[in-house]
Amino acid sequence: MSMLNVENVHTFYGNIHALKGINLHIEQGEIVTLIGGNGAGKTTTLRTISGLLKPSEGNITLNGEDLIKYPAHEVVYKGVSMVPEGRGVFARMSVTENLEMGAYSQSDTGKLARNMERVFHLFPRLKERRAQLAGTLSGGEQQMLATGRALMAEPKLLLMDEPSMGLAPVLVELIFDIIQQINNEGVTILLVEQNALMALSIAHRGYVLQTGEIVLGDKAEQLRNDPTVQKAYLGIE
Amino acid sequence: MRTNLSERLLDLAVSVFMWGFRVLIVAVILIGTISTIQAGKYTSEQWIDFVVQGISQGSLYAMIALGYTMVYGILRMINFAHGDIFMTGAFGAYFLATWLNNTGFIDSNPLLGLLIPILFAMLVAAGIAMLVERIAYRPLRNAPRLVPLISAIGASFFLEYAFRGFFGPGVYAYPPINALDGEWQIFGIGIQKVQVVVAVSAAIMMAILYSIVMFTKVGKAMRAVSENKDTAALMGINVNSIIVSTFAIGAAMAGAAGVLNSLLFRQINFMIGFVPGIKAFTAAVLGGIGNIPGAMVGGLVLGIFESIGPSLFLEGLGIPRPYQLKDAIAYTMLVMILLFRPSGILGERLSTKKA
Ligand SMILES: Nc1ncnc2c1ncn2[C@@H]1O[C@H](COP(=O)(O)OP(=O)(O)OP(=O)(O)O)[C@@H](O)[C@H]1O
Ligand SMILES: [Mg+2]
Repeated sequence: MSMLNVENVHTFYGNIHALKGINLHIEQGEIVTLIGGNGAGKTTTLRTISGLLKPSEGNITLNGEDLIKYPAHEVVYKGVSMVPEGRGVFARMSVTENLEMGAYSQSDTGKLARNMERVFHLFPRLKERRAQLAGTLSGGEQQMLATGRALMAEPKLLLMDEPSMGLAPVLVELIFDIIQQINNEGVTILLVEQNALMALSIAHRGYVLQTGEIVLGDKAEQLRNDPTVQKAYLGIE
Repeated sequence: MRTNLSERLLDLAVSVFMWGFRVLIVAVILIGTISTIQAGKYTSEQWIDFVVQGISQGSLYAMIALGYTMVYGILRMINFAHGDIFMTGAFGAYFLATWLNNTGFIDSNPLLGLLIPILFAMLVAAGIAMLVERIAYRPLRNAPRLVPLISAIGASFFLEYAFRGFFGPGVYAYPPINALDGEWQIFGIGIQKVQVVVAVSAAIMMAILYSIVMFTKVGKAMRAVSENKDTAALMGINVNSIIVSTFAIGAAMAGAAGVLNSLLFRQINFMIGFVPGIKAFTAAVLGGIGNIPGAMVGGLVLGIFESIGPSLFLEGLGIPRPYQLKDAIAYTMLVMILLFRPSGILGERLSTKKA
């Protein structure tokens, strides 16, 4: 049984048919990437898995349990956390408070302190800035904070929406290193990226999404060598 | 090119007018103040009295303003029924306090005789506010912004006339707490006990509220929800229950203010929430709507201006009954804030707030 199973999922915004029967699965311990151009439906896919959007049709299961029946705030308790597109840090709250919000679903305060230490260990920069309002952080620091915040819930599955967006190349490297590190610690990851080259270099498998449909799904290496992927997403003619 | 020129002329005319308006207001205040002070009609004790009155009245505005500002912060909506929530708290406390008074409890136990009705008023107000939220606002959560506003005005009328229906249009007198009669000497100045008690109670309640918002899990969740509901939900925060808590806490403050108001003015009827509601809304805008310390500061500033304004800058202008223009001061301040500093004293600009 796969950890996450998405079967024939259709999601609408009003009349706009954003997801047209998506199928994908993620195994325990994998990094799976979802690549696709602007408006392909990547964010919609993540928001549907996390419960913020409800599909009109289809199934989503986590370790065999139906996820769709839970509202977004209960999906976290099932072990799914999300780093939203554009980071979505709480700008008028401090770094520490943002991390505390990440741990909202945890009732054990001892664990909270340990998890915060773990985040500060991954991102020493956040520790220096712990008392600062999140809105005053740089883009890279905000991405670290959004990632750390999601980890505070001790997720089994981490959904990441374009973590490299708008970051300088050095920071992109750093964030991707951290993603691998988190994965090595046992967290399964679904990584949405436009930076397909980077994403495919760390992912085990990948899917290509095009206007609401999965058009390809394969091992990362295979996708990297696929001529259509190379042409459309890797900028290789 | 021509439209450009006429547009520019229009802009110029508007800004000349606005500057004229500012200069006029400043001139009125300055001239009035100078001539009042020269006339020397009031002693310094009287001025202190005005300020003390302003502080106790203003701290009530502040308590009510918190509810407007918190609900606005979380839903970007003006809860126009909030003033009537204040009224329901006062009514609830009135019935309990009357009963306690008849049993002699208030005389033998003045502190509890004050606290128990306050707690009861907070519960009544919170309960009614939660019902209003559930029935009149929640179903309209995703409607255009004007729709819940209209629903709020409807809820306001509903509460007023439901209370009128149950309790009639008459005026009820809140039972006196004899222990609060008379004055205390503070720094050699005689100040009415009731005003001190009102201001101190208000300060304590606001300190509690502020600590809740800043330091508790619920308070932090409120701030998270007010920034972004979807992201808050991703944290595991039940957004609906946080919204309900926000209404309940804001209403509890208004209910408590209803009791303190009854101590000051004694009179209770179904319309007592109307004017304080608008004043408190003014205070919230003055402080920067959505901003909690702003609501507190705005309430105090409004209360003090209203209290000293008529004597300080209106009387000196030779206006015969300046005290009757007290409300005009509040509304002039509202208009001026909206025109010249829509962000309020401590707030961010309204127009840049996310809708
Ligand atoms: N709130 C919304 N209302 C209506 N349509 C929407 C909404 N959000 C997204 N869409 C539409 O749904 C489709 C998929 O959008 P989505 O945001 O999932 O794309 P994406 O792959 O994440 O794109 P990007 O790379 O730009 O983030 C697009 O056509 C978009 O216009
Ligand atoms: Mg997207």
